[in-house]
Amino acid sequence: MKSTNTLKRNYSTSLFEFLRKYTMIIALVVVFVLFAVLTDGRLIYAQNMSNLMLQNGYVLVMACGMLLCILTGGNIDLSIGSVICMVGGMAAVMITDMSMNPILTIVICLVAGLLVGVWQGYWIGYVRIPPFITTLGGMFIFRGLGRLVLDNQTVAVQNSTFLNIFTAYINIPGLDDGETVYSALIVGIIAAIFVVVNTAKNRRERSKKGYRQNSAVSDYLKAGVIAALILYYCYLLSQYRGISVMLVWVVAICLIYNFITAKTAFGRYFYAVGGNEKATKLSGINTNKVYFLAYANMGLLAGLCGLLNAARVGSVNGNTGTSFEMDAIGACFIGGASAYGGSGTVGGVVIGALLLGVINMGMSILGIGDSWQYVVKGGVLLVAVIFDVVTSRKSGKG
Amino acid sequence: MSKVILEMRSITKEFPGVKALDNVNLKVEEGEIHALIGENGAGKSTLMNVLSGTYPYGSYSGEIYYNGKLCKFKNQRDSEAVGIVIIHQELALIPLLSIGENMFLGNEIKNKFGCIDWNKTYYEAERHMQQVGLNESAQTLVKDIGTGKQQLVEIAKAFSKDVKLLILDEPTSSLNDEDAKMLLDLLIEFKKNGLTSIIITHKLNEIIYCADKATIIRDGSTIETLVKGVDEFSEDRIIKGMVGRSMEDRYPHREHNVSSEVSLEVRNWTVHHPLYSERVVDDNISFCVHKGEVVGFSGLQGAGRTELAMSIFGHSYGTGISGEVYINGKKVNLKSPEDAIHHKLAYITEDRKTNGLILDESIRFNTTLARIDKVCHNGIIDRDKEVKVAEDIKEEMGTKTPTIEQHVGNLSGGNQQKALLGKWIFTEPDILIMDEPTRGIDVGAKYEIYCLINDMVSRGKSVVMISSELPELLGMCDRIYVMNEGHLLAEVNAADATQESIMGYIIRDTANNNAGTSAASAAKV
Repeated sequence: MKSTNTLKRNYSTSLFEFLRKYTMIIALVVVFVLFAVLTDGRLIYAQNMSNLMLQNGYVLVMACGMLLCILTGGNIDLSIGSVICMVGGMAAVMITDMSMNPILTIVICLVAGLLVGVWQGYWIGYVRIPPFITTLGGMFIFRGLGRLVLDNQTVAVQNSTFLNIFTAYINIPGLDDGETVYSALIVGIIAAIFVVVNTAKNRRERSKKGYRQNSAVSDYLKAGVIAALILYYCYLLSQYRGISVMLVWVVAICLIYNFITAKTAFGRYFYAVGGNEKATKLSGINTNKVYFLAYANMGLLAGLCGLLNAARVGSVNGNTGTSFEMDAIGACFIGGASAYGGSGTVGGVVIGALLLGVINMGMSILGIGDSWQYVVKGGVLLVAVIFDVVTSRKSGKG
Repeated sequence: MSKVILEMRSITKEFPGVKALDNVNLKVEEGEIHALIGENGAGKSTLMNVLSGTYPYGSYSGEIYYNGKLCKFKNQRDSEAVGIVIIHQELALIPLLSIGENMFLGNEIKNKFGCIDWNKTYYEAERHMQQVGLNESAQTLVKDIGTGKQQLVEIAKAFSKDVKLLILDEPTSSLNDEDAKMLLDLLIEFKKNGLTSIIITHKLNEIIYCADKATIIRDGSTIETLVKGVDEFSEDRIIKGMVGRSMEDRYPHREHNVSSEVSLEVRNWTVHHPLYSERVVDDNISFCVHKGEVVGFSGLQGAGRTELAMSIFGHSYGTGISGEVYINGKKVNLKSPEDAIHHKLAYITEDRKTNGLILDESIRFNTTLARIDKVCHNGIIDRDKEVKVAEDIKEEMGTKTPTIEQHVGNLSGGNQQKALLGKWIFTEPDILIMDEPTRGIDVGAKYEIYCLINDMVSRGKSVVMISSELPELLGMCDRIYVMNEGHLLAEVNAADATQESIMGYIIRDTANNNAGTSAASAAKV
């Protein structure tokens, strides 16, 4: 009698834990299915699914950098939108007005982004000016500088080399000439196989060394679902122009930052500083440098976003990038990053950004205007964070 | 036979999965000081939270009778209305508000327009402050007075609420011996005026000193109530009740094998305050530690011991630091904690929650933090290796936890201390500076930490132990340095020293300094 009771309790707590752990994934699936039904399946047209990643690519790149800032203690960077305007403006002016070499332009622009980050990181990390104020200053300064560079004009970006580096679709002659772009399918199959093989390899290594591991069912189920999603997405891409270079950039950035935050000592320092800065400092870690690097890195990624955005939109003006930083901040918090720092993952951030993206796209297809999109976006952010706070309190953590 | 003011009958309180209190009975008579004792996690604080209404009526089973009437408190306000006031272990004062503002926070004195009547507030505040012997202006900010006086403000605040039954949860844990004694004397004074108090404390000598009765709680149940003058009322007797076994020796035996080799030597070390850089915190201090030796640092709070340790540990405290540090005879320049760690030095902080651990992270995360490179290849963490070393350290320390993935914030004080110690053992130090290593942890965990210290020195390591508990220093150390107000007063052999002799140094020095300053100020006039 007693044992069935405890069994029941264990079952319900593990269900609760499951829901808690995968809340945002479940939410993403629910929202996705909802809009797929409401739009009579138009949401999952190949073209729309391809555009989903491209439209939100810059959010994902920004959010990876923003996550590092938020991890250090809920600190945000308000200047990203302005940096995107300034760096994008520099690129447009250099390429279009000054006819400079596009590769050289890209290098100069990325260095400019990094310098912006170094500038802000120095004040935040070594002089300890509050990040909110430093980056609020940056928001005004770089917006102004951006407009000066652009001379208050809209400057078009049409250099084909530049566009190819950021927005072209990968097209292998001979293979991808027909209706179906086979290169996308091949990439999908390779990636799916890699996921499954990698899972098997990890499991084998663990059992060889005698470490504890999850059950085979859950490990392989997870790998199977991920592989199936990759295959399906790549199939959709193959039906519409194939893989975009932009997608490669975005996926590469997400994978790199996932690796840094999850696997490296360097990444762990961000979590440590956000968890308890004093203890981290007394553990022999240079916490000033951690802040500095979070913001220096953010500058670099903002610069990259400036280029991606300039290439995708095809022109830059004085209002480019306005309030872009808010999308990145929203994605981080929806994705489960703590507003006090110390917790959050790249995987969560990707899901947060996609959730916002699906809502935007679904509502656009339905013809619901911008104004309502803002209302819904804000509501989703608030609900996600409320849910997180309430459930973590329930499980006795808060 | 005086009247029973409070009776708690068969109190049982359950949390999900745990029975925190199991059929607890407590009887308190009017005008007595009643001590509540038990190891950490025994259920003392839970019981007091039930009494004060923090856990409302209905969330527990059993009955509370106060002055013979059954009480059903829904919150703390209800219990305060009948005169039961609890002062929590962590002081609940707001540093940037004045004493008066703090005392009447949430209970403001208002004039007929509904605005705060500041004149009356400060008048009333000072009236209650005088009752507790606190001679400060009620307009002084709380941050500008010491912790001892802050504790008095809490008591004055209780008086402003017309307290009949005062509950103090570890009131002296953040006080030095002198302030603690003053506080206890105050309680004895109030007793004469009919105030009843319940005091929760780990310091047994305080119980012997001031309490009339002591109720012992173990594992959520009341074990016994000892009455002064009737039962045997000694530390050993109380410990026996607390741990359920008699603790013949509170300090584990150690073979004294002090090597003649000096591992750490500090010469002419001077440190200035980080904000007021003209103020000298440590003045020209020199000391040394041998291999295989436990060296103690004794002194009151503010003697500059923590500051000394932290400034040596990679300039983690202070400005204008001068002096020399030698490790194994070689002069070193430790400019950051990182340097100190690389020279096999470890500083185990007195404040594990703020300076030691990351509470929202796992034991594993905390264990490897200070030397993450030991489980890394080219900057990439080998998770499997990390898990293994964290498990090993956990076993070695005897940390009680189901898994190393447990957040350290969820551990008890003693286990947190072990996790902290484990983190520094992982850095493989040769010299451990331990600042109040047993503060706020129970007798059993203390003993285990003493054993770990003995184990370290038997392997030829050196331990510097800063402690405010003199018996602990006398029981554990080979030599003891005595500090007061930033000066090194004396160096004594623990075998020859007594509590009285060490306190004697400190008190004579304080008296001399005061005489000096008053002479100086007289000369100025």
